[in-house]
Amino acid sequence: MSEPKILAFFCNWCTYTAADLAGTSRMKYAANVRVVRMMCSGRLDPQFVLQAFKEGADGVLIGGCHPNDCHYIEGNYKALRRMTLLKRMMESMGIEKARVRLEWISASEGLKLQEVVNEMTEQLKKLPPMSRMEPTQVAHP
Amino acid sequence: MRGNGDVRIGVYVCHCGSNIAATVDVEAVTRYAEELPNVALAREYKYMCSDPGQELIRKDIDENKLNRVIVAACSPLLHEHTFRHATEAAGLNAYYFQMVNIREHCSWVHDDRERATTKAKDLIRAATMRIVHHEALEPRKVAIRPEVLVVGGGVAGIQAALTLAAAGKHVYLVEKDATIGGHMAKFDKTFPTLDCSMCILAPKMTAVKASKNITLWTCSDVTRVEGYVGNFKVTVRRRPRYVIEDLCVGCSRCIDECLFKEGKFPDEWNLGLSKRKPVYIPFPQAVPPVALIDPAACIQLKTVKCKMTFVEACGERKAIDFDQKAEEKVIEVGAIIVATGFRAYDPTPLNRYGYGRLKDVYTALEVERLLNASGPTGGNLVRRSDNAKPKSVAILHCVGSRDENAHIYCSRVCCMYSLKLAHLIKEKTGAEVFNCYIDIRAFGKGYEEFYRRLMSEGVQFIRGKGAEVTDVAEELRERGKLVVSVEDTLLSRIRRIPVDMVVLAQALEAGADAAEVRRMFNISCSADGFFLEKHPKLAPVNTVADGVFLAGCCQGAKDIPDTVAQAGAAAGEALALIDAQFMMMEPNTASVTEDLCSGCRTCLPLCPYQAITRDEQKNKAVINEVLCKGCGTCVASCPSAAISQKLFTDAQIFSEIQGVMMHE
Repeated sequence: MSEPKILAFFCNWCTYTAADLAGTSRMKYAANVRVVRMMCSGRLDPQFVLQAFKEGADGVLIGGCHPNDCHYIEGNYKALRRMTLLKRMMESMGIEKARVRLEWISASEGLKLQEVVNEMTEQLKKLPPMSRMEPTQVAHP
Repeated sequence: MRGNGDVRIGVYVCHCGSNIAATVDVEAVTRYAEELPNVALAREYKYMCSDPGQELIRKDIDENKLNRVIVAACSPLLHEHTFRHATEAAGLNAYYFQMVNIREHCSWVHDDRERATTKAKDLIRAATMRIVHHEALEPRKVAIRPEVLVVGGGVAGIQAALTLAAAGKHVYLVEKDATIGGHMAKFDKTFPTLDCSMCILAPKMTAVKASKNITLWTCSDVTRVEGYVGNFKVTVRRRPRYVIEDLCVGCSRCIDECLFKEGKFPDEWNLGLSKRKPVYIPFPQAVPPVALIDPAACIQLKTVKCKMTFVEACGERKAIDFDQKAEEKVIEVGAIIVATGFRAYDPTPLNRYGYGRLKDVYTALEVERLLNASGPTGGNLVRRSDNAKPKSVAILHCVGSRDENAHIYCSRVCCMYSLKLAHLIKEKTGAEVFNCYIDIRAFGKGYEEFYRRLMSEGVQFIRGKGAEVTDVAEELRERGKLVVSVEDTLLSRIRRIPVDMVVLAQALEAGADAAEVRRMFNISCSADGFFLEKHPKLAPVNTVADGVFLAGCCQGAKDIPDTVAQAGAAAGEALALIDAQFMMMEPNTASVTEDLCSGCRTCLPLCPYQAITRDEQKNKAVINEVLCKGCGTCVASCPSAAISQKLFTDAQIFSEIQGVMMHE
């Protein structure tokens, strides 16, 4: 069985810091995840998620601050709102909803990060690998 | 492929001693990076953050004409600035640098060397593709306001405020109670020196009052915090005390002439062990030394039917003002020190100890008040039930601490304050004192010596956590007594100790409003509920919110010496920030490409900082870069891709996605 690939978009203030904490605490988790850092989960353009699938990701994990805790007041709510539409689009494209996951992980929740990554890896192992599409050029706006 | 066209990337892979090299095959990663497009050279080095490591970068920029630099090492949150400086030192723009996190996000969290190595390669490949799209940027220079807000007037807030005031800075000290002093003002003596707590605190309290540089607002709450480091806008709500602070001299005549001849309402200062009148001064050394009126108790404020004798007593001063209303003050400050303290654990839920059910079971803080000369009994330790001096007292350690049913952490100070109370109880009453402990943690300077002194004074120490307190006698000697059950783990047997009084060494826990405070200042809490410092060792007073610092027990349980030291450190950090007058901000703001903007206004309501407006004539969105904080929400929302965020452009992120997922 091939190892699923997870692309993660973490906000700088909460989830990226939680991943740093998991590191300093030597919490081991599945080596399936690759993190792209952003300032805020509100920066997440749904196109990033679709692009990730296009490039062969088996799952996309988005990590932001807990409700009410966003460094930029409410960027996490905006990410949440975009997720709803994104999931509907994904369904119509035949991509299982379980492949994308939005989690609120605060800077102190290294343990939660470990659990989420491990759990998502196991869940993705049960799904067939995403068939890799033709290599594409980077979509420049 | 080497040096394709204009872009010449240098990749540096750090061993971090063995922190990275033990799990990631650094040599293989370096050889791999060397072959990536646009990479001019790749090197590995033991410690990239060391001077020779940084020198490598400088030399290569110079000699090998690098125009992009990638360092794969620890978290960018740790060393990004280090390598940006190194890049800049060689004359290259600092933003032609990208950091790859292969320690916290890779070598430290994975065991499988092969997979960790592959991951490191993936991450570096992504960076080489991203960095092609980097551009030269200039950090934004922003002025910093010179004032500091200190929230909380306990010993931590007092110390921080005094330190900043001594440096000539203006401080707003906001305290929710009617006086500063906090918990320390309630203690009788301090361990291990047995200094009188108020005697050493009061001079600092009066110094706050006397300082021209400190604006002290008591009965006040911070209700809103806007802005960011260097430029916070803070709203403070000042509750009415119904006494005009500037006119009252604290003569207490109004208190004497109050309609209530005796105190009738629980005195917060004495934890409800005594009664006060509706008009009162919290304690003799209160700062400000000004009376206040409790609106829930005052007849005039409740029914307008008071004979007003106490107003007459004030006479010509006319300091009493029933029309006082809450007022909102808006202040602007460059830095904030949060020193909101702790809450003493309420042992009521631990039913087995009988607190609240058995009259002569006390909390440690209550006993502090009972022992204190300004306390409810004038310093006589007598029992609630019969006003008699106890002949025997048991102190149960770790009540609420090191307990899975309450808090698993050690509250650090309870062992020592229990020893202190044991000494004071013995001194004042001659009672036999039993300490039931798990371990004695006498960690500080002079603490172990104090423990030995207590043993020599004849205080009894029983190694075992108190299991139960009951008034049900099993033997004759237990009749009329409180019986403490404890397993003496040194004797390996259960003991029942009949005593007259039980003291519960309660834990220190996060403040009741910690969650609210945390949200307001945009800081984090650790799992134990206390505020989280930025780094447990290297940034112990900083928080994830730049410009917000921590002091005292709001960050975790600690003793007075540590609190004062931390308050000094927080003041130092705040001073270093505001004294610079200007600061450099990350140039990660968003901007609109006019030609692409359709004027649809989607972005306008999304900006949390109202940084986006619409140019009515051109029908285009305009972003004010001074107000923009760089979250990127508008960028993600623009249907025309007309908004771009520096350092996080679509091109950069798409390349990073493509790079990280790409197969070899």
